Amino acid sequence: MTEVNEPPKGAIPNGDGAEPLLKLRGIDKHFGPVQALYGVDLDLPAGQVTGLCGDNGAGKSVLTRTIAGVHQPDHGQIYFQGKPVHIRSARDASALGIETVYQDLALADNLDIVQNMFLGREKLRRGLLDEDSMEKTAAETLSTLRVTTVRSIRQPVASLSGGQRQSVAVAKAVMWNSKLVLLDEPTAALGVVQTRSVLDLIKRLRDRGLAVMVISHNLNDVFEVADRIAVLYLGRMVVQGPAADFDRQSVVEYMTTGTASGRPYEPSASASGEG
Amino acid sequence: MTADPGETPATTSARTVDLTEDAKVEAVDIPPELVAQSLGQYTRAWLRQLRSGNSGVLPVVAAIVIVAVVFEIITPEHAFLRPSNLVFIFGLSTVYMVLAIAETAVLLLAEVDLSVGAVALIGGVIAFKLVQQPGANWPWWLALLAALVICGAIGAAQGVLTAILRIPSFVVTLAGFLLFSGILIVILGGADSSVNLNTSDPNQNIIYEMVQGLISPVVGWIVLVVLVVAYGASLWLRTTSRRRQGLTAPPLALIAIRIALVAIIGAAVVIICSVNRGSALKSVTGIPWVIPIVLVVLGIWTLVLGRTRFGRYIYAIGGNPEAARRAGVNVPGIRIWAFALCSATAALGGILLGSFFFGEYSTNTADPGQLVLYSIAAAVIGGVSLFGGRGKAIHGILGGLLIGSIAYGVSLLSLGSLSTPLEYILPGAVLLAAVLIDVLSRRGSGGVNRV
Repeated sequence: MTEVNEPPKGAIPNGDGAEPLLKLRGIDKHFGPVQALYGVDLDLPAGQVTGLCGDNGAGKSVLTRTIAGVHQPDHGQIYFQGKPVHIRSARDASALGIETVYQDLALADNLDIVQNMFLGREKLRRGLLDEDSMEKTAAETLSTLRVTTVRSIRQPVASLSGGQRQSVAVAKAVMWNSKLVLLDEPTAALGVVQTRSVLDLIKRLRDRGLAVMVISHNLNDVFEVADRIAVLYLGRMVVQGPAADFDRQSVVEYMTTGTASGRPYEPSASASGEG
Repeated sequence: MTADPGETPATTSARTVDLTEDAKVEAVDIPPELVAQSLGQYTRAWLRQLRSGNSGVLPVVAAIVIVAVVFEIITPEHAFLRPSNLVFIFGLSTVYMVLAIAETAVLLLAEVDLSVGAVALIGGVIAFKLVQQPGANWPWWLALLAALVICGAIGAAQGVLTAILRIPSFVVTLAGFLLFSGILIVILGGADSSVNLNTSDPNQNIIYEMVQGLISPVVGWIVLVVLVVAYGASLWLRTTSRRRQGLTAPPLALIAIRIALVAIIGAAVVIICSVNRGSALKSVTGIPWVIPIVLVVLGIWTLVLGRTRFGRYIYAIGGNPEAARRAGVNVPGIRIWAFALCSATAALGGILLGSFFFGEYSTNTADPGQLVLYSIAAAVIGGVSLFGGRGKAIHGILGGLLIGSIAYGVSLLSLGSLSTPLEYILPGAVLLAAVLIDVLSRRGSGGVNRV
């Protein structure tokens, strides 16, 4: 059991073999007596979507918050663009270009789309809010992401559908030259059509060269967008690799048992061919 | 998306995923000026918004009209709409207006300040005492400033208890209300004492004149024209500049209507104030100083709430404090400042109250309990949401006018023993109606707990 749970050290396929944008090595995290993460290794390459899977309590949220700067690891090292970094706060993460879209989206319902996208980073002109300039920038960002179903970017977020809200939250995250976007259950509350448009949006982020990590329970969505898949089981990273190396059955087995019976994970020989 | 083909989305591009299922929600909930390109479209969008329960200032304006008509009919000799009474109502209402605007700053945070009445009166008494301090001889403006700063500090202290220790503001300011009501009696000098301004002293007279003083009608007209031109020019320039930049802007006809409305209301006020309300022997005409004073308060708070980061963060905290916190907003700091500015603004309202009562504070005229209830009622009736995040300074003005009209109208009825209960019952009924509208419009817009 222990051997199987050990991550395949030194043999983590990184897409084309280049240095991944974000690299976690041996991350430990405990809260009081509860050990949440055991020596987690994870690679998040640029221009790829990594799907992070795991059952409830596997440590997905703790791992995400560790990258986002909410938690600090007890042991282990985070490398960003090859350099070791310490991410002590959400502000540190933003400074590096790491943005997180939490499941609750953190939008103020009473503010409009522009106001939400610029919340905390408003542009000023002569000491007053420069609404026109913010509105133009927000409109550009939304149109490059092809989020065009909203009637007016001046409408309050309360009037948006779940999918539109998710899109606004994602657009808010990528507007600041971010390099890595973490999405926590981006489709959990959405209907079929809206899920479709959010998944399309995630693919557009990848096409723009961003590294994306999608935390999801929904394997349909993961297989739809992910280039790479990583599975956490009871705080351990049991497997990660190109999505092509997995099928639904094996991911479910990794998520529920930490191993896949009869088909132990083997890094694909042609790892460089993916993406 | 829906029926009206004229209202295409403002932005369209190559590939659009049409989320048709949401079109209905959208159509009713967007401020009409955002999507309308012509006056007809604006009217239709506005009517649709009305039907969905999102009625804006319409209920309070309608209520003001109804109250005016009803009181005109039922008051003896149909006296309610006499210019002398209307000017008196303006004076009385300005106190509630300023206090309601102060309360708005805190209500927007989804907090409440029950101490505004007591703090306002303390501010007023401090200012009155300072200008007549024997020997010290404080100039009126310094006394006024001192009252604002002291009350601001009181507000900041209550804000610290609420924002840092997270004691519900309801409890903190209820304690503050009782505490400062008691202190008020102490600084008044006992339960039956009063503080009076000596109007023969020019320095004290300036504070007395804040409500009682009059601007001559000619000056009033000039000020009105300047204000309307300035308002119109700024509105027009902003609209045309947005057009130039390719941003959506309300139709020009709508701008013209808005400017005309402001001009008409302003002219009506000046005309009412220009009618001789004295006797044939001694004529009294002119606009009370307090009207431009209230306009300045309105202008400052509109600017602060609408065009500054501080104001934006107040709305954000009222809408979703967690979102504000994650966006890097210093949530406790904003809360403390809002409480401080609320109390400082309230202090000005308290000074106006003393001036309105002919430069006198006594425990008869200064009732902190009634004052705070009327202020909160005025803000909520005007359209400020009790649940935070929705409301503007102008709502305090409209609500204050309605409360002032009701309070004075009841006193005109000369109902004897019925008069005092009605002064509570009528605003109470109106407040209940206003809260119902608030709750229903939130339900209609689907803005609550929608994740």
